[in-house]
Amino acid sequence: MTTVAGPTTAAAERPVFDDRAASRVRARRRRAAGSSVRTGIQAALIVIWCLLPAYWMLITGFRRSDTVYETTLLPTTPTFDNFIQAFNPARNQLGRALLNSFGIGVLVTVIALVVGVSAAYAIARLNFPGKGLIMGAVLGASMFPGVALLTPLFSLFTQLNWQGSYQSLIIPYIAGALPLTVWTLNSFFREMPWELEEAARIDGCTAAQAFRIVILPLAAPAVFTTAILAFIGSWNEYLLASVLSNTQTQTVTVAIGNFVGSQPREIPYATTMAAGSVVTIPLIILVLIFQRRIVAGLTAGGVKG
Amino acid sequence: MKKAMRATAATVTLLLGGLGLAACSSSTTTTPGGTSSTIAKSEYGPITVVQGKDNNGVLPKYAAMWNEKHPDQKVTYKEQSDQADQQLQDLLQNFQQKLTDYDVVSTDVVWTQQLASQGYLQPLTGAYKLDESGVIPAVLNTAKYRGIQYAAPSSTDSQILYYRKDWLGDRPVPKTYEEMFKLCDIAKSKGAGCYSGQYAKYEGLTVNFSEAVNSAGGTVVNDKGEPTLDTPEAKQGLQTLVDAFKDGDIPKAAITYQEEPGRQAFEAGKLMFYTNWPYQYSLTTTGDQSFAKKNPDALGIAGFPGKSSLGGHNWAISQFSKHKGTALEFLKWYQSEEIQKFGVENASSAPVLSSVYEDQDLAKKFPYLPTLKDSLDNAVPRPGSPYYQAVSTAIQNNAYAALQGSKSVDQALTDMSTAIKQASGS
Amino acid sequence: MTTATPPAPPRPKDVTEAGRASLEANRRRITRTSYALLAPTIVVMAVIVGYPIVLSVINSFQADARLDPATGFFVTGGFTGLTNYAHWLLQQCSTPAGTAACAQGNLGASFWTATFNTFFFTVITVALETVIGLWMAIIMNRNFRFRGLLRAAVLVPWAIPTAVTAKLFLFIFATAGIINALLGIEVIWGADLWASRFAIIIADTWKTTPFMALLILAGLQLIPEDTYEAARMDGATTVQQFFRITLPLLRPALVVAVLFRTLDALRMYDLPAILTGGGGGRGDATTTLSILVVREIQNTAVNSAAALSTITFLIVFGVAFLFIRVLGANLTGGEKKSKKVAGVR
Repeated sequence: MTTVAGPTTAAAERPVFDDRAASRVRARRRRAAGSSVRTGIQAALIVIWCLLPAYWMLITGFRRSDTVYETTLLPTTPTFDNFIQAFNPARNQLGRALLNSFGIGVLVTVIALVVGVSAAYAIARLNFPGKGLIMGAVLGASMFPGVALLTPLFSLFTQLNWQGSYQSLIIPYIAGALPLTVWTLNSFFREMPWELEEAARIDGCTAAQAFRIVILPLAAPAVFTTAILAFIGSWNEYLLASVLSNTQTQTVTVAIGNFVGSQPREIPYATTMAAGSVVTIPLIILVLIFQRRIVAGLTAGGVKG
Repeated sequence: MKKAMRATAATVTLLLGGLGLAACSSSTTTTPGGTSSTIAKSEYGPITVVQGKDNNGVLPKYAAMWNEKHPDQKVTYKEQSDQADQQLQDLLQNFQQKLTDYDVVSTDVVWTQQLASQGYLQPLTGAYKLDESGVIPAVLNTAKYRGIQYAAPSSTDSQILYYRKDWLGDRPVPKTYEEMFKLCDIAKSKGAGCYSGQYAKYEGLTVNFSEAVNSAGGTVVNDKGEPTLDTPEAKQGLQTLVDAFKDGDIPKAAITYQEEPGRQAFEAGKLMFYTNWPYQYSLTTTGDQSFAKKNPDALGIAGFPGKSSLGGHNWAISQFSKHKGTALEFLKWYQSEEIQKFGVENASSAPVLSSVYEDQDLAKKFPYLPTLKDSLDNAVPRPGSPYYQAVSTAIQNNAYAALQGSKSVDQALTDMSTAIKQASGS
Repeated sequence: MTTATPPAPPRPKDVTEAGRASLEANRRRITRTSYALLAPTIVVMAVIVGYPIVLSVINSFQADARLDPATGFFVTGGFTGLTNYAHWLLQQCSTPAGTAACAQGNLGASFWTATFNTFFFTVITVALETVIGLWMAIIMNRNFRFRGLLRAAVLVPWAIPTAVTAKLFLFIFATAGIINALLGIEVIWGADLWASRFAIIIADTWKTTPFMALLILAGLQLIPEDTYEAARMDGATTVQQFFRITLPLLRPALVVAVLFRTLDALRMYDLPAILTGGGGGRGDATTTLSILVVREIQNTAVNSAAALSTITFLIVFGVAFLFIRVLGANLTGGEKKSKKVAGVR
């Protein structure tokens, strides 16, 4: 059931040798029985808080567009129509948009992580002049109102003839993900036991190998978290995509933003909510699978302790 | 990785090269294009037509009809976003770059002056002159800037009055706000709100405020775009709405109403009168939650109780188009009776030609058409200005504060006037 | 992964008379390697963010295009010095008769309200999100049967596209919406002065707390269980453990999370724009600085909007600067701090 296996679990799984340790474990189990009820209650509260509005989104997606304002907990006349409409290629192109968003998100995440890990490594690990300035500049990029970047970027990409191209979205998204990636990874890398890496180097590893074998698995929870944040950041972006994409390259957010009702001015609440569910559920499942397979694998290969 | 680096380096060089150009392109000193009496042969060819999101999936049909007749000058439709703000932004960005890929663009009636004064639109004079004798005069006015026509009306819109016929009974349908508010006791006895329009802080508030002022005999701005709100009529217009909010004749929740929440309240029996665009008709008559589905006779429609604001769209030819000749033909074609009728039947778009409203068969299929024509005959365009967005913001902010009761009517109108003047000054 | 091979950092034992020259060479090599590792980041940021910012700052000193009354066409404004800044900071509007105070309804008049709103939203939402996020992370970090379910649930609000979230809450907070129906009240969430602000705070907190929780969770996972074990052996209570172990060890992750949330919140746009259109109260109760920027761009006053963007940038910069000074002195560089746990005896 456990998902992310970090160093914590590795430590907890260490065999118990002496009596003192054994009694300690027994004491902890007793405590755990009492606290697990409390944990359960709190966890339930969190789940309810997080899922209630999402439930409303899901259930609204099953209402008919003319009964969408009803406030019953279940739809009185449930329908699948909105889900079908959302994918109707003649109108909404959500299918294509899903592929676009997914592809763009994966590319952005992978590139931002590779670039960001290099940068964070350099800043956390190597001593060189201008470090603070670079960190400041990277952070400074998250201080300008994003909406004000639109027009300059549009004219830039127009001159490159990049309107409606994938790179016109991917590159800005990477720039959007980098500040958080670099800062987060840096703060985690600085807490790493670098003595272990040095030990690996003495054993004949190159610096890159030592980093990959020793440090990266230890930092896996942080890298994984950063990856999720980068991916969802790109997945959620709307403003830039609404200006720079076309019908071929449009992302999920743009596709949903462009949903229309049967009449002008009619707000397509039901289809929007259906689409919201459709794009969110696979994302959650993906993250869960990713979390279990890849991160667990990474961590298992790492140095314990 | 090395490859990627090289690519990045190449990109940067390219970008830096573009820097100079980008910095220059923000200036806008264009003058209107030539107005020679004939159009060159080279001005004919394929065109791209740009408009907002296609609700009814009707664009391919239009394209097929045109392309069949003009195989060598095919039209390609480009659909923009569903949201007006974004449509305008898209047009401005493309025009600022002087891109040639937009030939004919659909402009909301309130953008025409703004786009024309930026020099982005081909004036429809000289060889580009259109015969507009069949077009409803008020509608044609939305396509003009300083007396020169810059666009061809493609569809129009005007608000009409939806009301509870079953509640009103034999009493005459109100023709003014005053008559309407005198009937509010009936609504009260039914436990419903009396009247609403759209009063959330958005473009709809400008529409509704202008309607109130125009209906009271005032005007918002004069021909030169200067505010004319220091009149008793203008004051009476806003005062009527403010009082109605205070008395509860307009329900409190209406301060959040855009078209749709208001329609929903009306259909749920929470309003006796509601002014809205004609699109509502088919939704209210068929919606499952609507009183009119169970009892079609309970729904009444009538002309706007006063002077409605005009909505709708115009087609304009881009100054940067390479095929203006074909573009002009497209404008003419779209205003033909055949296409205008097709628009009503397939896209619920209200025709701009008076003659189409007289078609009996059409009126049978779309019962709101004669009512709409009544409203259109009295309708007034929203305040025209090259600075329309700023003018509209000035109206929205102050009207909203007055309706919320946090500002006196006098103060709101004074501030509004000053802000409208400042909109064009800064 | 990377083409360059970073050398090991110099170890104290290398420092001998003979090694000094090679040490110098080594240091140059490290600097070179560092910049090679940083190059992609710097290039991308410079082109995508740096260039537009510089362009905006330059444009902010230009007047916006003006209508030539004679021709009826717009002409370029030309250099105008600090006029655009005065428009916002001093609410000065230019009229044919010279400058005058901007009237209500001109966007310039909303500047200080928007600044207040922005800070108000930021302080409240970031505080709420930090506390709730910390709580969520601590629970998520415990070992129990349904942990996977909990982690998936927490991800949901963050994963729903913001555009959908905003519409969802617009719907939930509608006057005829579920909140009013459930509570049996008639609050006008979209327009009432405080209710509208409250609605935005609830929506934002719901949406972004998971971001906080995930970052904090990653921090928690790096704290070795042994540390707690030792503390428990020494008889530390749960509360003591939290304040003496968890918080100090979590600080780097927490500071980064709060910092980025703050920067994001100071630029808040979507939620208020869709939920209230910036309205409420007298008409600008939920207008944030970013909403003002967008409105000004829509007014085609792009240079004035550039000035406002620059002002916003400076405000955010000031906040970040103070923040780092006060909370995260050693965030950017220097030697790794030793992992000392304060005061567990």
